[in-house]
Amino acid sequence: MQKYSVFSLARNALSGHKNWPRAWQSPPLKDRYEVVVIGAGGHGLATAYYLSKEFGITDVAVLERGWLGGGNIARNTVTIRSNYMRDESIPFYVKSVAMYEGLTDELNFNMMHSKRTMVDVVQTWPKLRELRRRQLTMDIYGSTYEHITTEELRRRIPALTGGGPDARLPVICGMVHTDAGVNRHDAVAWGYARAADAMGVEIHQQTPVQSLIRGNDGAIEGVETNRGTVRARKVVVAVSGHTTTLTETAGLKLPLRTMNLTAFVSEPVKPLVDVIVNCPDSGFYFSQSDKGEMVIGGAPDMGQSFRRDIKQHVFEDTVTAMLSLFPSFKKLKLMRQWGGHLDIAHDASPIMDQTEVPGLFVTAGWWGGYKAIPAGGLTLAHLVAKGEPHPLMAPFTLGRFRHLDFVMEAGTTTAR
Amino acid sequence: MMLLTCPFCGKRNESEFIYGGPVGADRPDPNAVSDAEWVEYLTVTPNPLGPVREKWWHARGCGGWFAIWRDTRTHDIVEVPDGTK
Amino acid sequence: MAQSNRRASGGRIDRNQPLQFTFNGKSYEGFKGDTLASALLANGVRVTARSFKYHRPRGIMGHGPEEPATLVELDGEDASGNRPATTVPLRDGLSARSVNCWPSPEFDLGGINQLFERFLPAGFYYKTFKWPNWHLFEPSIRKAAGLAAAPAKPPARGHFEARNAHADVLIAGAGPAGLQAALEAARAGMRVFLADEGAEAGGSLLHRNLTIGGRPAMDWVADAVAELRGMENVIHLQNATVWAYREHNLLIVNQRDPEQDSILERSWRVRAGEVVIATGATERALVFGGNDRPGVMLASSVQAYVNRWGVTPGQRVVLFTNNNSAYAVAADLAVAGVTVEAILDSRNTVPKAALDLVSGITVRSGTVVSDVRGHKRVRAVKAVPANGGAGTWITCDLLACSGGWNPTVHLWSQSRSTLRFDEELAAFCPDQAVQSCRAVGAAAGVLTLDRIVDGGEDLTYRIEPLWRVDVPGQRGKAFLDVQNDVAVSDVHLALREGYDNAEHVKRYTTGGMGIDQGKTGNINIIGTVALQKGVPLQEVGTTTFRSPYTPVSFGAIGGLREETVLFPYRHTPVTQWNKDNGAVMYEAGARWRRPGYFPKPGEDLQEAVNRECRAVREGVGVYDGSPLGTFELKGRDVPQFLDFIYSNIMSSLKPGDGRYGLMLSEDGLILDDGVAFRLDEHRWMISTSTGHADAVNQQMEKLLQTEFPNWQVMITTVTSQWNNATICGPMAREVMHALGTDIDLSPEAFPFMSFRDGTVAGFPARVVRVSFTGELSYEVNVAPRHMAELWGKVMEAGAPFGILPVGSESSHVLRVEKGFLSLGHEVDGTVDAYDLGMGWAMSKKKPDYLGKRSVALRRSGGGTRRELVGILPEDPNRPIPEGAPLTPGGRKEATDGLVTACVWSVVNNRWVGLALLQNGHARQGETAHVRVKDDVIPVTVTKPVFHDPEGKLLRS
Repeated sequence: MQKYSVFSLARNALSGHKNWPRAWQSPPLKDRYEVVVIGAGGHGLATAYYLSKEFGITDVAVLERGWLGGGNIARNTVTIRSNYMRDESIPFYVKSVAMYEGLTDELNFNMMHSKRTMVDVVQTWPKLRELRRRQLTMDIYGSTYEHITTEELRRRIPALTGGGPDARLPVICGMVHTDAGVNRHDAVAWGYARAADAMGVEIHQQTPVQSLIRGNDGAIEGVETNRGTVRARKVVVAVSGHTTTLTETAGLKLPLRTMNLTAFVSEPVKPLVDVIVNCPDSGFYFSQSDKGEMVIGGAPDMGQSFRRDIKQHVFEDTVTAMLSLFPSFKKLKLMRQWGGHLDIAHDASPIMDQTEVPGLFVTAGWWGGYKAIPAGGLTLAHLVAKGEPHPLMAPFTLGRFRHLDFVMEAGTTTAR
Repeated sequence: MMLLTCPFCGKRNESEFIYGGPVGADRPDPNAVSDAEWVEYLTVTPNPLGPVREKWWHARGCGGWFAIWRDTRTHDIVEVPDGTK
Repeated sequence: MAQSNRRASGGRIDRNQPLQFTFNGKSYEGFKGDTLASALLANGVRVTARSFKYHRPRGIMGHGPEEPATLVELDGEDASGNRPATTVPLRDGLSARSVNCWPSPEFDLGGINQLFERFLPAGFYYKTFKWPNWHLFEPSIRKAAGLAAAPAKPPARGHFEARNAHADVLIAGAGPAGLQAALEAARAGMRVFLADEGAEAGGSLLHRNLTIGGRPAMDWVADAVAELRGMENVIHLQNATVWAYREHNLLIVNQRDPEQDSILERSWRVRAGEVVIATGATERALVFGGNDRPGVMLASSVQAYVNRWGVTPGQRVVLFTNNNSAYAVAADLAVAGVTVEAILDSRNTVPKAALDLVSGITVRSGTVVSDVRGHKRVRAVKAVPANGGAGTWITCDLLACSGGWNPTVHLWSQSRSTLRFDEELAAFCPDQAVQSCRAVGAAAGVLTLDRIVDGGEDLTYRIEPLWRVDVPGQRGKAFLDVQNDVAVSDVHLALREGYDNAEHVKRYTTGGMGIDQGKTGNINIIGTVALQKGVPLQEVGTTTFRSPYTPVSFGAIGGLREETVLFPYRHTPVTQWNKDNGAVMYEAGARWRRPGYFPKPGEDLQEAVNRECRAVREGVGVYDGSPLGTFELKGRDVPQFLDFIYSNIMSSLKPGDGRYGLMLSEDGLILDDGVAFRLDEHRWMISTSTGHADAVNQQMEKLLQTEFPNWQVMITTVTSQWNNATICGPMAREVMHALGTDIDLSPEAFPFMSFRDGTVAGFPARVVRVSFTGELSYEVNVAPRHMAELWGKVMEAGAPFGILPVGSESSHVLRVEKGFLSLGHEVDGTVDAYDLGMGWAMSKKKPDYLGKRSVALRRSGGGTRRELVGILPEDPNRPIPEGAPLTPGGRKEATDGLVTACVWSVVNNRWVGLALLQNGHARQGETAHVRVKDDVIPVTVTKPVFHDPEGKLLRS
């Protein structure tokens, strides 16, 4: 793998950048691998990378329906954080955040990781109570969350001029999560792909998997693709919204359903907000990208959807809530909006496990799964390689549904 | 914002309605099914890449519940609602 | 300052209305009808911008929303950033600045980046800025990016608004095809909504010297507009951009400069039976060395400036084209007295019809431009045979380019309708419609007027694609995306490194990700990728067209709905009294605004709460219980219905009696708690918590309408039909007597958990004996019209007994002292009735009710559970924050519980709390440990009740 650095950049500049090698190869597709990973998104690529890096399994093919890094990794709002509520969740995300911080070095690819802090704008007392609960539990796991006054909040976010004492929802105070950051999303996909490729993992784009193949013993035997049958005794499904579409071909039923989550960006403007702003009571959050765009996320559309666009009334509510707190954004302009479909589990927590089909693994139910990519990939690789769950992912296995022991995070209810 | 046809009020904007989830299996007799069957009834819902039957509540209208078939790929309503189940 | 490039006559400007404006601090003059761009060109301003990455000098290239180069920031009341100068209408006093340069675009310090161009190829930042870490570089990179500053304030005057409209047909674009469609639809009596982004109708006819039926085409436009104006079934808007095409034929239109002064912009949500996309076509740039230099413009834009605005952007022009349309431009330029040095046509054969238009002008076929000389303005262009060979420099001050035309398919594509690559037009054109829509005119790939309007005369369109000039010896950077500084070499690098999908190229190079969304250049990127990979262009495909078509202000999207429109208040008739009496009011869930507490001057929260609690415990208090959800259920099957939705048995209640119960979800989690009263044989009244009233209503209606449609149960929401003052405390009965009532209040005649109808203080009332405080309570329900008066009378009658109003803070204390549940505190989506010590509420007799099976299943898993307990801090004066975790021994390890509430108890004179604790019921009397960061607070585990454990008082 060619090392990326300011020196290699300068050297290549002198030769007109004609000598840069491919970031990943396109080898011929074999008919058999030790492990097949379906989906070259964040979780699929990370799983393949850690399989080879941590567990020495390099006979791995990542099969991608479209283009590498083209799923939700290309569509999220790049926020990384660990301010969760429950013992099951916090250590997992703390690990993931820590892994993100080292990812640029690990992959020799600039992730543009910016640990810039998330600030919650609190507008109701019940929300504050919930956040304080998180704060004290997070502290046990080394994740930070601190209370700040409204004055301090407005000092840190000067554009926050709404929510005054006479407002419909006056700002009460802020909460500061200094572990949070943002990270260039495309770099995650490309960095993992390049590093996995260098260790022998094959990435095959434009290779949709049409169905899963089970053997006579019921175990997974491989997958059927547009380019023929590919055999493997271990198959990982990492396809986000399309999980059930695929697992149904193996006769498997999973407690998942697919929804569309949308985001939008403003025109690029000069630096205005240098933290991630989260307004849970108003139902939106945003951060400013390095290019200057406000990257804004809001409420989901509750219906099932594989359509990647935004519902106007949902969108208008998000924008209106934002303008209530940030009135100067009225003359800021919307530049682009988009959606991504993801699946959500019955209890709204992720699912990482080997299914009842031996050899068939899933990583699914990621709602905000971008922040979980490194830890999700590492722990799933552990499961695939060793056959037993990594302790950090143990709470997220399918077994929890057997006795309805849901992992219920704050702000989520059952999906029904 | 979709245009949904309430069987009582006709075509109305989606913002008048509250989504009620997909129509799953009929509720089994809880005393006659196995644990696994009960869990499946509770947690597994249809998730098709295509038409799904789902419930809507005309909460900001007549208050009626009804079911429609909607294509999850396009939001196309693929059949006129036929009233409540 | 003289408008040196303004023609003596012509153009759709009003020379009698001069307008003064400033650009980068200098004063200029233009005319009404100008855009900022046309006025700058009229004044000979060449360098109008600096580029995003390399800070190369840039000029004006286009004349509409496609403009990639010149973005400006408006000052003063207009303040807004990143506006293409071509879309800013000129007005008197306008003040604008170039973005992204300092101190000026003519002399920009950032221009030093040009020296390092070769070190800043596509994606360079992925390879560098890693050491020591990104944080070192990020602030300066952020400052360098970002284009304009964000508006610092909301608009000082005026407001935005939104409207809904229904149309039989919505037509996007009022060019020839759109007007034609509008006339036909309107004459047929359809409701027509016609919206066009420009200031004037006419589309390309505004700047093309064409004729229709032998008359100037604009006469035809004027007639059409006049006819439409006279029709009541037509809404015709100019300055109105259709920017989003959503599902079910919903389109969003942004109307700027509506007729009323007070309205800044208006957003229209238009539901259309059919949509006609008549958005025209956009001219494409050509790609060659130095194709971004000031003075390189789109040919149609040059034509527009000459004809529409009476401006000659240059005196010696070279045209470079691969299609016929530039020949009409040359002809117009010649008429305007501009010297056309040559037409360079990449095609080997130029159709005769085109040549006939430009007799006397040098046409060099099979010739391309490879390079441009000049830094801040074009001085010469190098004409080179397309198949290689020696070139010649042609001196000129303007290069007008036409790379052909792209149908403007943004809306078409947003509707999810499909595109096909048309070989003849060398462009993506509308293919299969998915929603009820069709494209017409240039948007459909019909690029000549004669095929759009009867009697129109036009030159036939012919093109041979030229995605980039590729001749040996090219020197300058050839830009594919001028706004984001993406050059051919960047795309080649991306491909070389394996980023070879159209989306990869876009993301790696940022080509097409600018504010213009690559309107002039994306197709050239796709063509360049196709050429390099040696595949047909359609195989590369396009990237997705996403809304909005052009940027639209958030204010217009939000309309007038901020604050109380988005989040309306709910309040009761007592709200005004509360405010008058110093209540601290706040959001209490479900949009209710309620009094938190009633501080006296100088009192803090705790002092006020203690005073209110003491009144209830020792004398009497009153609170406004109106927000509690209340439903009346009527019908033969109500008993079995209630038995299904509550976990305990309700059907055995006698008329007049009530019972507390739990409602579970089918998951076996607690959905709500409340009381049910049987009013008579077939009428019941139930109450729910304030916050869950809507959810309970939804669940009940859903069950009845979808699961049990044959059950005879009618539900009426009566939350707002009954208001109540709940009088509570040992002296409550005395206050009731003082109010005057015909109800026998003796405990024997009117026991706990029953209700009586009668009059109280002269008002018809339903009095209910429930208690959320643990004290003797009378919930006096009256009609809302009597509530404020009743409240006043209660305060009056209670005065001798020291009655106090009680806010929700005190209610919280009082219920914690009693160990009564609160949803959101103890009930957090994990506990069941047994955990809460309420196993008695889980009927064993009923074979089935909501949640029964799930609770049994969950508990069959074994293991210990978190159970509700009381906690007493060993230090009675030590408060514990609500939500604090309990951990084994107080160590820093996984929690085994959490504090759900902790209050100062006036009856115990100490802090008391409730907690969910692992295996808590068996741990009473033990010491547990709350961990507040590094502070460990030992607590004694108790029963979750700290006042009147036998419940004698509430029954008294």
